[in-house]
Amino acid sequence: TLRLICTTTAVQRKNVGASGPEKYTEAFIKKQIEEFNLGKRHLANMMGEDPETFTQEDIDRAIAYLFPSGLFDQQARPVMKHPTEIFPEQRKIQWGEDGRPFHFLFYTGKQSYYSLMHETYEKLLNVQKHQDQLMDEDLPLQKEKRNLAGSRWLTKIELEEMLLEKVSDDDYSRFIQLLQKLVALPCADIEEKYIQKFSKEVPVQLQKVLIEPLQYDERGVAFSTGEGKRKTASATAVVYDNGTGKITVNGIDILHYFPVLQDREQLLFPFQFLGRIGKHDMVCTVSGGGRSAQAGAIRLASAKALRSFVTEKEVEFMRQAGLLTVDPRVKERKKPGQEGPRRKFTWKKR
Amino acid sequence: DDRLLTEPLRHPDFFNVKELFTLKDLFDARVHLGHKKGCRHRFMEPYIFGCRLDHDIIDLDQTMQHLQLALNFTAHVAYRGGIILFVSRKRQFCHLIESTARACGEYAHTRFWQGGLLTNAHVQFGPGARLPDLLVFLSTLNNVFEPHVAIRDAAKVNIPTVGVVDTNCNPCLITYPIPGNDDSPSAVELYCKLFRMTIIRAKDRRRQSEAVEELR
Repeated sequence: TLRLICTTTAVQRKNVGASGPEKYTEAFIKKQIEEFNLGKRHLANMMGEDPETFTQEDIDRAIAYLFPSGLFDQQARPVMKHPTEIFPEQRKIQWGEDGRPFHFLFYTGKQSYYSLMHETYEKLLNVQKHQDQLMDEDLPLQKEKRNLAGSRWLTKIELEEMLLEKVSDDDYSRFIQLLQKLVALPCADIEEKYIQKFSKEVPVQLQKVLIEPLQYDERGVAFSTGEGKRKTASATAVVYDNGTGKITVNGIDILHYFPVLQDREQLLFPFQFLGRIGKHDMVCTVSGGGRSAQAGAIRLASAKALRSFVTEKEVEFMRQAGLLTVDPRVKERKKPGQEGPRRKFTWKKR
Repeated sequence: DDRLLTEPLRHPDFFNVKELFTLKDLFDARVHLGHKKGCRHRFMEPYIFGCRLDHDIIDLDQTMQHLQLALNFTAHVAYRGGIILFVSRKRQFCHLIESTARACGEYAHTRFWQGGLLTNAHVQFGPGARLPDLLVFLSTLNNVFEPHVAIRDAAKVNIPTVGVVDTNCNPCLITYPIPGNDDSPSAVELYCKLFRMTIIRAKDRRRQSEAVEELR
């Protein structure tokens, strides 16, 4: 180490914080594991249990009994766990007794990432060599298309967990590009096992909504149910086949329940759209909301019920007409400093 | 133990590195080919044999001498158990150099050079890290055709350097320059082969000498 002349003592004081967290040697970790096992047996003896069948849960219970603590933070309480869980991984020192590092890429700084790149490039060269051999023998190159739709590459966080060191965005994108280059070659099937380490299956999510089949009541008449919501009103509708177009709401006929023409039009709109005005009967129950909200809720419920009576194409037409979408509009909250949701207080010049 | 260390220093060519290469090998591997006249560096003029149709030709006699000195030095460093770090910023040969280093049991750095690697090692790697005892450059320039930062850093931290200098490189701060081509694959493969053979030879010799000492 160089000796500094004509400087303040502040520079010579060792900055303990800057050296980073302590690194543990392999021998140290092994000693800790031995001590842990011995301690486990002593604890089992103390509690009067069998040392051979003393599990981690028994240890936790025993420690909680012997050292009761009233601290709120669970991680501040006394804990006895296996050293591999306490001492974080990748804190072991990377060089041996004589000072020589173990890994040949240690001096790059990011040894695991660069060794991964090195290995992947080696696989790429292997595949190219194999391809050249096949071309020399004039054999056809295999062209089985790999299923790219059902798999995705590892995310950056998963790669960091795998390598136990930080990976920057640039490095991650370079690695993915290299993998894609490897996969794009025709003879990449040779290295399939290596590639699978870095790809994950994506479960295909079906977004299809199941249309319920028709149910039949005692008289043999087909019917189906639907539910709908609008603002604060919720409604359930039961639509019967072979009907005359009678609609009952909460036991009351619609002419009496909805005196306003606009609400009755809303109720009839699904039937009018499908051209089945006089063909179905409907019995609905509705609660909550106001006059218009209840009408909208019943409309949505009846449209959902009618899906079972109708072909898939007409269901698609109904969806595009907006009959099957839940109306997301609700009352906006009032904000402080304003009179209403949008209205501000009157502005006075002076 | 002292005998082991001082014995090789008495002979000029203890490891007999002269037999590893001949002038014909260097010529076949196109080591004599330099860059164009416009790319020539002023300090490389002593090492250049001549210029033909604007192409510089490197003097292979001088290359032989420099190569022999450099290989002898690396052999002595490997014999004494020193850490050798292969450095190059040529993307074409990155994989080859890393495999060579792994085969020797030494270290390689053919990636982006972070500023404080040699000068700020205590912070980068942790307290107690050992720095390399020799840097071997298979290409002194980086991707922007400027001298590699490691040459200057090694000079700052008193680490000897061995480097292959082409006609557009600056041989100033390198302790054992080897004037030669650093762009052709055949030339770089030849260098890798020579370094690998010297290091393995030196390490085997060390193990033999230690075994002989133990028997006594």
